[in-house]
Amino acid sequence: MSIDKRIVDDLVANDVSFVTTVPCKQLAGVIEEVDARPEIFHIPSNKEDEGMGLCAGAWMGGKRPAIIMQNTAIGVTINTLATLIQYYRMPLPMIISYRGELREPVACQVEMAVHTKALLNQMNIPTYHFHKESDAAELDAILKYTFMCNKPVAILTDASFWGGYGDQ
Amino acid sequence: MIRSEILREIAPILRDQLIVCNIGLPSQELHIIDDQPSNFYMLGTMGLSSSIGLGLALAQDKTVISIDGDGSVLTNLGTLPTIANNVANNFILLIIDNGSYGSTGDQPTYAGKLTKLEAVATACGCENVVTCQDVDTGKVLQAAIDSKQMTIIVSKCDSGNIKLPVITKDPVVIRDRFMTAVAS
Ligand SMILES: Cc1ncc(C[n+]2csc(CCOP(=O)(O)OP(=O)(O)O)c2C)c(N)n1
Ligand SMILES: [Mg+2]
Repeated sequence: MSIDKRIVDDLVANDVSFVTTVPCKQLAGVIEEVDARPEIFHIPSNKEDEGMGLCAGAWMGGKRPAIIMQNTAIGVTINTLATLIQYYRMPLPMIISYRGELREPVACQVEMAVHTKALLNQMNIPTYHFHKESDAAELDAILKYTFMCNKPVAILTDASFWGGYGDQ
Repeated sequence: MIRSEILREIAPILRDQLIVCNIGLPSQELHIIDDQPSNFYMLGTMGLSSSIGLGLALAQDKTVISIDGDGSVLTNLGTLPTIANNVANNFILLIIDNGSYGSTGDQPTYAGKLTKLEAVATACGCENVVTCQDVDTGKVLQAAIDSKQMTIIVSKCDSGNIKLPVITKDPVVIRDRFMTAVAS
């Protein structure tokens, strides 16, 4: 079974039914899978802080949300994470493509990669780093943990996890 | 009319609906005028009232009214295409357009100059966009609720504020009682 399908299976198994996304090349397959599932309402957002607002509303409306985004968006979501998701104590699984790590072809992506874990750490956001495909076995437990503690939780998925960049 | 006068006038309509209220003075005003568990007061996160309201409307069936400001819509303009393309007929976005950043001292916004938010909303693909004058807000809002069609209302009013205390309620209390009202 493809890793994209396994990730989305875990979302569905954990009753996640409202997913917002902003694309990343690494996330193309998982976004396509989210879009194809009848159990999930997929609502693309134009900016990740907007997406977190949508997720906050959906959660208060009784649905379990998730956001799928690139790590370069950590900077634009700090205020929303602090003053909405954390301040009102809301759960939010964040499946994040961790660009700028080993096998990265685009130099500029490294510039946010070097800040990614530091920012998440500064925000006291529980952070998991998927480096090998087998690391995804923890996703189910991470989702349960997120909705148990009502916190934003980051799942960083790097290029090695996604199998590199092919012919790039 | 200024924003607080509009809110005072429409409070009897708002009290029966789920309200997501914009940061700063709008929330402080609504809190003083008619505090209800069905009001979600934003204490920060300028710009996201419409996004929170849309997410809530898409997740359940009750009518949701997001009370927003012109400055806050401008800071999150990406919300309008998302609203247009994800129609929730139980969602109303009420933009109180006083042409200024009221909560921070009425500095002018571009909406008070050349930019017409109603035209932006229409260009983004929103179907029911109604522009009204402050005095007609209640009538237009009630019609939007009755229509059961997603509606964007741009209510044009004067800049100006009244002095009010900040909201000291705990955010988790605000959120918890709101969720109870949503689920009831
Ligand atoms: C990111 C961010 N920038 C600036 C502010 C300061 N701020 C709080 S409310 C506000 C004005 C909002 O204006 P508008 O949405 O038009 O609402 P009004 O008060 O005029 O009703 C501003 C600039 C903030 N809270 N957050
Ligand atoms: Mg204003």
